[in-house]
Amino acid sequence: MALAFDIVLVLLILGVATWTISARDTFAAVVGFIGFGLVLALAWVCLAAPDVALTEAAIGSGLTGGLLVGASARLRRTETTSGETPSISLRLSAGVVCTFISAGLAAIVLELPGKAPTLAPQVAANLAMIGLDNPVTAVLMAYRAVDTLLEVVVLLLVLGGIWSLAPDHLWGGSPGSRHLAGPDGVLPFVAQLLVPVGILVGIHIFWIGSVAPGGEFQGATILAAMWILATMAGLVDMPAVSRRWLRLLLVAGSAVFFAVGFAGFAMAGAFLAYPEAYAKLLILIIEIPLTLSIAATLALLVAGPPERAPQE
Amino acid sequence: MSAAIPYGLCSAVLVGLGLFGLITHPQPLRKILAFNLIGSGVFLLFGVIARRGAAVGFGGDPVPQALVITGLVVAFAGTALAVALLLRLVDETRRGTLRDE
Repeated sequence: MALAFDIVLVLLILGVATWTISARDTFAAVVGFIGFGLVLALAWVCLAAPDVALTEAAIGSGLTGGLLVGASARLRRTETTSGETPSISLRLSAGVVCTFISAGLAAIVLELPGKAPTLAPQVAANLAMIGLDNPVTAVLMAYRAVDTLLEVVVLLLVLGGIWSLAPDHLWGGSPGSRHLAGPDGVLPFVAQLLVPVGILVGIHIFWIGSVAPGGEFQGATILAAMWILATMAGLVDMPAVSRRWLRLLLVAGSAVFFAVGFAGFAMAGAFLAYPEAYAKLLILIIEIPLTLSIAATLALLVAGPPERAPQE
Repeated sequence: MSAAIPYGLCSAVLVGLGLFGLITHPQPLRKILAFNLIGSGVFLLFGVIARRGAAVGFGGDPVPQALVITGLVVAFAGTALAVALLLRLVDETRRGTLRDE
């Protein structure tokens, strides 16, 4: 019975994926991709990875989907499909190559050795020492904290890259156009209703990350989505990217992370090592500014490069 | 047969589908979409490997699962950068194509 459900879910995933590739209209393909992310999140639940399922639904489907919807709307005018379709021979050879790659991967999946290597016992053995109950959060914040630190730095580098795509005269201005919604509009009403609840849900998802599925990335994504929603509804405006408080908010997470990391040399003898008695407290000290920084970074990544000149 | 096998096969097909779209679609935004499909397939393969590592009461090996979470966030950042580059390209050239004519 469970296998039947798995097979139906896999067929659904592949069906939606085929739609995103084959749809004629780009906008339809993007909508297909959002649906694809949501059914893929179900697959992650079936693979006993609820933390990944939350991330997939929030970032893979939600934020990426929002970004692509915006881009496809702006590109609609420039869509020129005629005369650019690749030749039959190219499509045919691409089909053959891709079939071989899929077949090779499938063969590897079927031929995997009987006993899988796993780090789960090692993770479980030291969970009590860190004071966390969610093994995935423990890996992200303690065992492989350096990965998480570098990832946050990557997010900042990408944001720098996106900002630097702004033309010279717009540098330091605000991203996106100003959304002015009438006071009677549906969107401002929905935003006023949803944003406070969404912020609470985001904080909740972040907070329960230590004991249950959730954590800083999932919570931060929800907070970012609420900021984007409030901006789209015209309730708040995106700040100019040269604002001092914005810059501080963006780097706060990685700055605290680095500070605690270097303090690890003095407290426990290694970079990012936590002394046993304070492990949970230190993780919390990192996580709170980290969540706020990630939320701000994600929202600004969706907003794109500055498009309005800075007001002096 | 392990319960994760259908998802393993699914990830294999996703990688192939995404690669096909990446090669054959002329529009850059469709290429970005297809590239994300490849990424989803790779992440799913990671999930299958993690599921096989289930032990000591965990449903899966938490280390690859945490890596996938990191990967998803970085994939989003990469997509955002690609979209920003594409929009700037269109602003400069007024054409939504990668061909230089």
